[in-house]
Amino acid sequence: MAIDIKMPALSPTMEEGTLAKWLVKEGDTVKSGDIMAEIETDKATMEFEAVDEGTVGKILVEEGTDNVKVGTVIMQLQGEGEEAGNADKAPAETKEDEPEAKTKADTKKDDKVEDSAHPAQEKVETGARQMFEAAKHDAEVADPAIPEGTEMVKLTLREALRDAMAEEMRADERVFVMGEEVAQYQGAYKVTQGLLDEFGDRRVIDTPITEYGFAGVGTGAAMGGLRPIVEFMTFNFAMQAIDHIVNSAAKTNYMSGGQMRCPIVFRGPNGAASRVGAQHSQNYGPWYASVPGLIVIAPYDAADAKGLLKAAIRTEDPVVFLENELLYGRSFEVPKLDDWVLPIGKARVMREGKDVTIVSYSIGVGLALEAADKLAEEGIDAEVIDLRTLRPLDKETVLKSLAKTNRMVVAEEGWPTCSIASEIVTICMEEGFDDLDAPVIRVCNEDVPLPYAANLEKLALISSDKIIAGVKKVTYKK
Amino acid sequence: MARTSRAKSAEPPVPNRERPNEPQPYDASKDELLQFYKDMLLIRRFEEKAGQLYGLGLIGGFCHLYIGQEAVAVGLQSALTEKDSVITGYRDHGHMLLCGIPPKDVMAELTGRQAGISKGKGGSMHMFSVEHKFYGGHGIVGAQVSLGAGLGFAHKYNNDGGVCLAYFGDGAANQGQVYESFNMAELWKLPVIFVIENNQYAMGTSVNRASAEDQLYRRGESFRIPGIQVDGMDVLAARGAAEEALAWVRGGKGPIILEMKTYRYRGHSMSDPAKYRSREEVQAVRDKSDPIEHVKKLLDAKGVKEDELKAIETEIRKAVNESADFAESTPEPDPKELYTDVLVEKY
Repeated sequence: MAIDIKMPALSPTMEEGTLAKWLVKEGDTVKSGDIMAEIETDKATMEFEAVDEGTVGKILVEEGTDNVKVGTVIMQLQGEGEEAGNADKAPAETKEDEPEAKTKADTKKDDKVEDSAHPAQEKVETGARQMFEAAKHDAEVADPAIPEGTEMVKLTLREALRDAMAEEMRADERVFVMGEEVAQYQGAYKVTQGLLDEFGDRRVIDTPITEYGFAGVGTGAAMGGLRPIVEFMTFNFAMQAIDHIVNSAAKTNYMSGGQMRCPIVFRGPNGAASRVGAQHSQNYGPWYASVPGLIVIAPYDAADAKGLLKAAIRTEDPVVFLENELLYGRSFEVPKLDDWVLPIGKARVMREGKDVTIVSYSIGVGLALEAADKLAEEGIDAEVIDLRTLRPLDKETVLKSLAKTNRMVVAEEGWPTCSIASEIVTICMEEGFDDLDAPVIRVCNEDVPLPYAANLEKLALISSDKIIAGVKKVTYKK
Repeated sequence: MARTSRAKSAEPPVPNRERPNEPQPYDASKDELLQFYKDMLLIRRFEEKAGQLYGLGLIGGFCHLYIGQEAVAVGLQSALTEKDSVITGYRDHGHMLLCGIPPKDVMAELTGRQAGISKGKGGSMHMFSVEHKFYGGHGIVGAQVSLGAGLGFAHKYNNDGGVCLAYFGDGAANQGQVYESFNMAELWKLPVIFVIENNQYAMGTSVNRASAEDQLYRRGESFRIPGIQVDGMDVLAARGAAEEALAWVRGGKGPIILEMKTYRYRGHSMSDPAKYRSREEVQAVRDKSDPIEHVKKLLDAKGVKEDELKAIETEIRKAVNESADFAESTPEPDPKELYTDVLVEKY
């Protein structure tokens, strides 16, 4: 009997990929471990191995095909002992299926049908996937910083970040990038893709796996007059280096009475990814935002990521720039301007509303926008604010919105205790008390290390439903 | 054929990589020797005064004195040029004076005054002078080693011909980040001289009680960084080692380690009860190996008269006393300085 070989998911959030190359042809025999194909996503190129032994029957998706959905049957494998005659026959049978499979892949009409057609590949409903899906929401209010009539282009978050670095490197010889796999590998998450080719190995530097050391080397280089961009593969690993970020970089200017500066950017993915467990899923926003002397930026969309990373590279102060892995592949509109730089320390109204304010940042903004959409259906008009910079925090924008809506929920993908949400609550208590018609509520992840199991992960992470419940609490609605 | 030649080889094994030459004691002129003497004496008298002011409550917090170790910094830094940079840990007063920072700027920082080099906001352990290419003054043991590698990185990146002199102690030599930095420094051939000031005690723990390999100059071997052990109580040996190290590093051969065997006479900091070593041990070093007495003898041999040395002594005492008077009388920082210099830019 023929075995259907399906387009594999190479990461928990992968939905489709390019079938770059077939390394087997019809009639070849394969055994377990043989590489059958190369599959590309925007993140990586992976080799696809055979698990079962057999003869390659019909190849259903040609090499070079883009946007092949995960779960699509790409080839059939004739099992052991099957006669050649059967193998000849099999393609004839599957021919009828083929156009259907292609149609599905191309038009993506109905995910439910697709899923039921491929039950083995059914998406596991996880908390991270919910966040990923919610991140398909765009700002509903144009950024006032974009001049009217500016042409917008679609860029993924990772492209926007790369472009920001490349533009600043072209403009300033002192800027360089260092980190694990940033050069030859083109970035563990492909954020530095192409930089080595353009700038060479003097300015795009692969480091050993040695976070404490290279964070110190970068910081020393900044003290010595350069402008390093230090990439951490994830901020989880930066805990090894936090001493240099806090003790060496953040405090230098103050301790030297303002004569020794440390213009450095520490950047990389932060927060929960998908099913990577407790040690790889943590939001360090509140940690760094508690440190005087640091700038902390955590953008949501690609336009902000680009404009703020350029600002981060240019500023004389040390910056912790927190990206989100789940958003890297997400496309957003980015203004096509020669020099798109945003001010640090300014929040942005992403959606206007009058009944309640949802304050968030990073991937939480997608959830907040999704919640606002659902709330609108119930007649609750929510305003959504993206903080963008966590330190210095734009209190003015938060308090202005509070004065307008009199109710506030802070949505944060991170722990609730000593969080950015806690900080916003405090600001509202201290400076916005008279504007409050209800207590400000924190909607955060649960106060536990992030579990691995899909159901528990979903329970632990913030969701738009949790935000909605929070909004209903502060608006006294059921 | 191969077998016979192997069997025959009785000659010493050829090192599989180039090594620096054995450093020779520096052949100092009379003027150079006098300068060494002045520099060491300035540090000694400055530190003694700092100890006094600490005792009077005018200096607070931690205060680590360099007394006994003067020959290390004087010998090494006398070989530097204006292109080079210096970074060290918290026992930093001496290194700063040698970088050309006026004693009163340092002393006023120790007393926490506005006129201090860090406007009174850094204190003993956190002082910097970009102008004099002195990059701190770092309070976290070992941090300056990575930072120093970074300064070396900047020298190389800018191709400015400079070398970073990165000092750390025998205690810091056991920190993990030191080895991370060794690895990168050699991998990228960074122009850094790693100076281990082995004063034999990391606070109260002797080298032998803390280090599996107590010959610290060997600590770079697994990174292919050559190391040289130097008598750190002898300023000429220190200067000679600096010459060799600088030639190695400036020759593009990557970093080098100098282990300077030295001794601090005072406690780890002013609050050290010094129970971990005997008074006799300290006295024996003072009597036999004092770096300043050593230079005095050399000067005597060169015909420098006692009167001339006395005059130097008087001059230095005067300068140190002036710096102390200044540090006591100059005002504390204005309260509004509390919020300045947190960030460079306005947001």
